[in-house]
Amino acid sequence: MRGTALYNGSSGTFLPVKEGNDAMATVRFDNATRLYPGNDKPSVDRLNIDVADGEFLVLVGPSGCGKSTSLRMLAGLEEVNAGKIWIGDRDVTNLSPKDRDVAMVFQNYALYPHMTVADNMGFALKIAGVDKGEIRKRVEEAAKILDLAPYLERKPKALSGGQRQRVAMGRAIVRSPQVFLMDEPLSNLDAKLRVQTRTQIASLQRRLGVTTVYVTHDQIEAMTMGDRVALLKDGVLMQCDTPRSMYDHPNNVFVAGFIGSPAMNLLDVEQVDGGVAVGGNKVPVERAILSGSSGKQVTLGVRPEDLDVVAEGDGIPVEIDVVEELGADAYIYGTAKAATHTEADEDSTEKPFIARVDGRRPPEKGSTIYLAPKAGHLHLFDSASGQRLGG
Amino acid sequence: MPLNFTAARPDPALLDLPWRLPLEDWPQERLAALPRGISRHVVRFVKLSGRVLAVKEIKGDLALGEYNMLRLLNRLDQPAVEPSAVVDGRLTKSGEPLDACLITRHLQFSLPYRALFSQSLRADTAARLIDALAVLLVRLHLAGFWWGDVSLSNTLFRRDAGAFAAYLVDAETGRLYQKLSDGQREHDLDIARVNIAGELMDLEAGELLPVGTDPVETANQIMTRYADLWKALTGLERFDTGDRWRVDERIRTLNELGFDIDELAITTDFDGTTIAIQPKVVDAGHHSRRLLRLTGLDVEENQARRLLNDLDAFRAAADRQNDDEEIVAHDWLSRIYEPITRSVPRQMAAKLEPAELFHEVLEHRWYLAERAQHDIPIEDAIADYVASVLPSKPDERSVLGVDTVELPVIAGPDVS
Repeated sequence: MRGTALYNGSSGTFLPVKEGNDAMATVRFDNATRLYPGNDKPSVDRLNIDVADGEFLVLVGPSGCGKSTSLRMLAGLEEVNAGKIWIGDRDVTNLSPKDRDVAMVFQNYALYPHMTVADNMGFALKIAGVDKGEIRKRVEEAAKILDLAPYLERKPKALSGGQRQRVAMGRAIVRSPQVFLMDEPLSNLDAKLRVQTRTQIASLQRRLGVTTVYVTHDQIEAMTMGDRVALLKDGVLMQCDTPRSMYDHPNNVFVAGFIGSPAMNLLDVEQVDGGVAVGGNKVPVERAILSGSSGKQVTLGVRPEDLDVVAEGDGIPVEIDVVEELGADAYIYGTAKAATHTEADEDSTEKPFIARVDGRRPPEKGSTIYLAPKAGHLHLFDSASGQRLGG
Repeated sequence: MPLNFTAARPDPALLDLPWRLPLEDWPQERLAALPRGISRHVVRFVKLSGRVLAVKEIKGDLALGEYNMLRLLNRLDQPAVEPSAVVDGRLTKSGEPLDACLITRHLQFSLPYRALFSQSLRADTAARLIDALAVLLVRLHLAGFWWGDVSLSNTLFRRDAGAFAAYLVDAETGRLYQKLSDGQREHDLDIARVNIAGELMDLEAGELLPVGTDPVETANQIMTRYADLWKALTGLERFDTGDRWRVDERIRTLNELGFDIDELAITTDFDGTTIAIQPKVVDAGHHSRRLLRLTGLDVEENQARRLLNDLDAFRAAADRQNDDEEIVAHDWLSRIYEPITRSVPRQMAAKLEPAELFHEVLEHRWYLAERAQHDIPIEDAIADYVASVLPSKPDERSVLGVDTVELPVIAGPDVS
């Protein structure tokens, strides 16, 4: 087992840092593929991700997208049918879980009632045969980081819910693994504790600097916690980027629709000279961007907060169904009259549309307003391939 | 939002439970006993229509997932608690949403490991529990089930003719695969070892573990017990063509371990000088299935073995080896087994299951005979047993756990 050294952090607290001779704990999925017997499509299809040493990477996506399977491949719980997985410079593809020096966090929340907090944190080391002095040292270090030092000799019964939660984290920390793996660790917590713990895990991970791969289906969790976010769909990596880039430059329609809450408005529109046509009006778009599209139709995307109210005859006409006033802002939920088709199929072109507008002058329910995307905040995608057009 | 019940055989009385209250606040009069055990979630036991049900508060999707997984395990004939229903869409009176509830039926005469250790028991209790857990884990793994949270507290134990039979209680982390890889099995075993050691260390800290039992060493036994059984059940065996008796031998060994071979792969090498055999499909319950077929009694494996031995002795004593086995079994049932198990006074009926009582009476008869240095009729043995042994036994029909502190992870005031 590797130890941790102490160093005087800038805030005056002692933080464990990795010893100089430690291998870099990078993680690399190299065309990693998982095909279940009997399936004709892989559950994880040629996944390529490089996780930097100390990075917090979040795997996110809808249920069945392959995020958990990817994590379990890294943990050694799922076979890798093709490709490789690396931790540092070790090819771990065929290593058993216990030889990979990874720790699953929150596998078991149960705290033992008769044992002290210190024993609750260190018992796994005792089982692994680590000597008493070393166990004590590591438990004390972890307790310091987790603000549990004053409670080490108490029984878990005397702790609050949040403190118990931290004891559970301490169990993983004392093992000082190269990589932390977390599979939806917050999924069975109540809403309040979920938000608390989310913040704790993220700040703790930054203090410890241990490479972490975290799985969630919740894009808000992903966006608030990760240094980078990898979004998967049907076993295929859609985009792996910083939360900011995922938000500002989604690579394709799926990423655009998945990331952000409320979600990005997406409308299928037709190209016209110098822009795209929406509900009889033209939204100007640079020719260079549209030139990459494979057909006449493109998908226009704009986030609810990236819209300005403009005069009739300009922008996207939106009929308002609901106005939600939130003080400074108001959200309007309505229907966009997207395309300029014949009246006969007008119904089919009506799409739900959300916009954030000035809360002091909210429009009225039932009225129609005209919304134009703010400059530089319009996203366009090829309707056939779903891929982003332009930069 | 209306309540949403998912149940195979819904009991209308379920509707009467106070679903608008958080489970923690359910009134005492609804509860069968105070809940115990280490749990991530709030768990309560309620009495409903003459049965005891366990109610666990848990997120809706997890509740439904576990419900379906338990149903699947039951259908696969794996020893697991029986799921009863999922109740979702719960709201408090003020309209706040509450987590869903998973309802399972309480397994009669089952014992949580903590209850076992709070009775002063034989020194090898821990080892016998781990034996039972190893058998359970092997069975689940053979069925392709990865548990993910193997532990004593996620298991219930039933007495089984001096040993124990283990049942899975918590399937929340489990997944069913077509076949488990070695890595998956190893990981489950590693989780088992660490959890069991932790649980035994906790008993030690609470001074409930018999002196001299080493938690880590005892927990490590799960590895060897599991490996031995796995090898016996699935290992490849190679021998010369002349030693064909070894095929029968292998089948017999597995039968003795309580398993039947459903499919055995036999291959020969190119020149036909050696044979290789490997069981491909094995089923637990060799003895219990035979007893069920002969008598209709549905009991645990070791109990069945014991009862079958007594049935064989009955057959030999009555010199009826040439009679039809079913007919002899029927006579044994009506002349021996039923009179004995029915002679227990009503007020002591909740102490032991009939089959376990029968096993105890057989043990007691042996003990009496040894002391008297001659055979004792079973009628005398049961009379003495009911008079001198049974009254001091605890009621075990509905043991819901004792002496533990539940530590749910709940939102606390401290944020750091």
